[in-house]
Amino acid sequence: MDFVRFRGTDAYLTSPELESAVNCALALERPLLVRGEPGTGKTQLAEALARALGLSLIHWPVKSTTKAQDGLYVYDTVQRLYDSRFGDGDVRDIRRYIKLGPLGEAFAARDRRVVLIDEVDKADLEFPNDLLHELDRMRFRVAETGDEVVARERPVVVITSNAEKELPDAFLRRCVFHYIEFPDRELMARIVRVHHPDLADKLLDQTLGAFYQLRDVQGLRKRPSTSELIDWIAVLRRAGVESVELDESLPFLGALLKREQDLLAFAEAMHRGRRPRA
Amino acid sequence: MFVDFLYELRERGVKVGAQEALSLSQALGKGLHETTLDGFYRVARALCVHREEDLDAFDRAFAHHFRGVSDDALKIAEEVLQWLADPRSRRELTEEEREILERLDLEEVQRQMRERLAEQDGRHDRGNRWVGTGGTSPHGRGGTHPTGIRVGEGGTGGRGAMAISARRRFRDLRSDVTLDTRQIELALRRLRAYVREGAQDELDLPGTIDATARSAGELEIKLRAPRRSNLRVLLLLDVGGSMDPHSEVCERLFSAAKRATHFKELRTLYFHNCVYGRVYENGSLTRGPRVVDLLRECDPSWKLIAVGDALMAPWELTASNSPWSWTEEDRASGLAWLVALTGHFPRSVWLNPEPEAAWYGTAGIIRDVFPMFRLTLDGLTAAIQHLLRGGERSR
Repeated sequence: MDFVRFRGTDAYLTSPELESAVNCALALERPLLVRGEPGTGKTQLAEALARALGLSLIHWPVKSTTKAQDGLYVYDTVQRLYDSRFGDGDVRDIRRYIKLGPLGEAFAARDRRVVLIDEVDKADLEFPNDLLHELDRMRFRVAETGDEVVARERPVVVITSNAEKELPDAFLRRCVFHYIEFPDRELMARIVRVHHPDLADKLLDQTLGAFYQLRDVQGLRKRPSTSELIDWIAVLRRAGVESVELDESLPFLGALLKREQDLLAFAEAMHRGRRPRA
Repeated sequence: MFVDFLYELRERGVKVGAQEALSLSQALGKGLHETTLDGFYRVARALCVHREEDLDAFDRAFAHHFRGVSDDALKIAEEVLQWLADPRSRRELTEEEREILERLDLEEVQRQMRERLAEQDGRHDRGNRWVGTGGTSPHGRGGTHPTGIRVGEGGTGGRGAMAISARRRFRDLRSDVTLDTRQIELALRRLRAYVREGAQDELDLPGTIDATARSAGELEIKLRAPRRSNLRVLLLLDVGGSMDPHSEVCERLFSAAKRATHFKELRTLYFHNCVYGRVYENGSLTRGPRVVDLLRECDPSWKLIAVGDALMAPWELTASNSPWSWTEEDRASGLAWLVALTGHFPRSVWLNPEPEAAWYGTAGIIRDVFPMFRLTLDGLTAAIQHLLRGGERSR
């Protein structure tokens, strides 16, 4: 079977590894599991992929209360009961009360869709397991009507995870995996430039230096990520700070480190006088 | 060579199996590796590695095995396909893997692979080679894997053999009483408790019918909270020296408990011989919470499972000045800590890997405090029953 290869888009830069993983997922028709720290562009990947393939994207943001069933369909019993009471519409037709979820919608669509199951690890531990079968077979049965929803065109499934929870092995085995690495300094400079186009080179250089050193401090629970860096630079500029250096009195440290233990770990690392490796 | 690679991957903790092998052969059949070594590396990585912690291990194994390799690609590919077609190797696959194999048209894969090889001939000398290696390693990997790691499905390869020989040295742990992980998982599955709590977002059908009937057909919707697991388990493991012979079975218990998805929360902490002021987060006993803090964090609804042989020098149990405690406050005797634990957690058990005949001395004292059960299938089942309902003590 032939398939369209993904090469990234103008706005989304890929690495050969990422392209390989995406193409494997496309060719083998497997879900693509993308992991990586927050702020590494996991969600954007699905958007870029949809754009590159010319398909429309269905976004399914997962929350702690999301159930696998919600992705397939929801049977609105309450609406039906109310309708039967107040005589609004034909309640004998259960199909009127079956509402397809993001995955169900993608299956039922006439053309191929990209489905983004965003932050899968936010949900209950059982969530990925509950989806296994449907993702494998790309079909499911609506229990209330006996109808079967079969994907006409297997959707491209992109799943993102922040690695907050361990995902089940059976689920992992079915996915093509890619880990998006944290941007290196060069890429980060470009990212910062997008948000702060008129930032002085000197300050950019110093903030990046401090930022990457800070990320290397041992014992941090939550290492600062891209968004924290961007916020921090915004604060520095607002306050008129023109130069920074990584020491105990790093200005507005709270914008980068948000946990008390991390602030302590940082103070300790500075106190020991052992500068973390740059 | 390739079998070595698989073993190395397994040894380095990269969980690869037939499923990965098959995906990889499909991917190669479709030419996803673009006939380069780099391409093969990337495809193999995307398909074999499932978590970022394994990336480094994969890289090292790959670098180690695929440096300067040159083999007859087609021959290796054939070998692999033969392996796949061999019913004997199929027997070792799991249900799930067999199903995947069934769906896969082997001849088609073979044909594609041959075509790919023919295409490359003379065009890219390394590409030629790498298809071969690429084709083989995953298959071979699949071949060794199912026997290698499938837990609870017969032979477990090298480690199993080691374990058996080790077991014979220790008189107390007979083969008829050891548990495999699957058995433990099944036993643990019985340990559950569900409650309805949280947001009321589930339709209570009987309740609705009842309420509607009561108001003479006037529709009245009743909602209720969905059933959720409410089971919190605290696992305390003894890593004292005398527990070394039992480490295998303890590991199995630990991994089964960790994999059990029906616990709302599971905390695993370690102690050495007896619990004193502090329990530890890792086996090397470097840091962990104080028991007083632990009791504050875990309310009495937690189920406590302590695992240990309860063998120690008597003073370790009775001395009030244990060398294992630091602060004044923590300086109670080991026995006092155990009493504190069972007092706090009404549902608690002690699992002892030693046979009952050995439950004397300190073990005899501890079993007066803790309901003690043997770490066998029967013992575990009884222990779980006790945790749920407060059953008979094993005496």
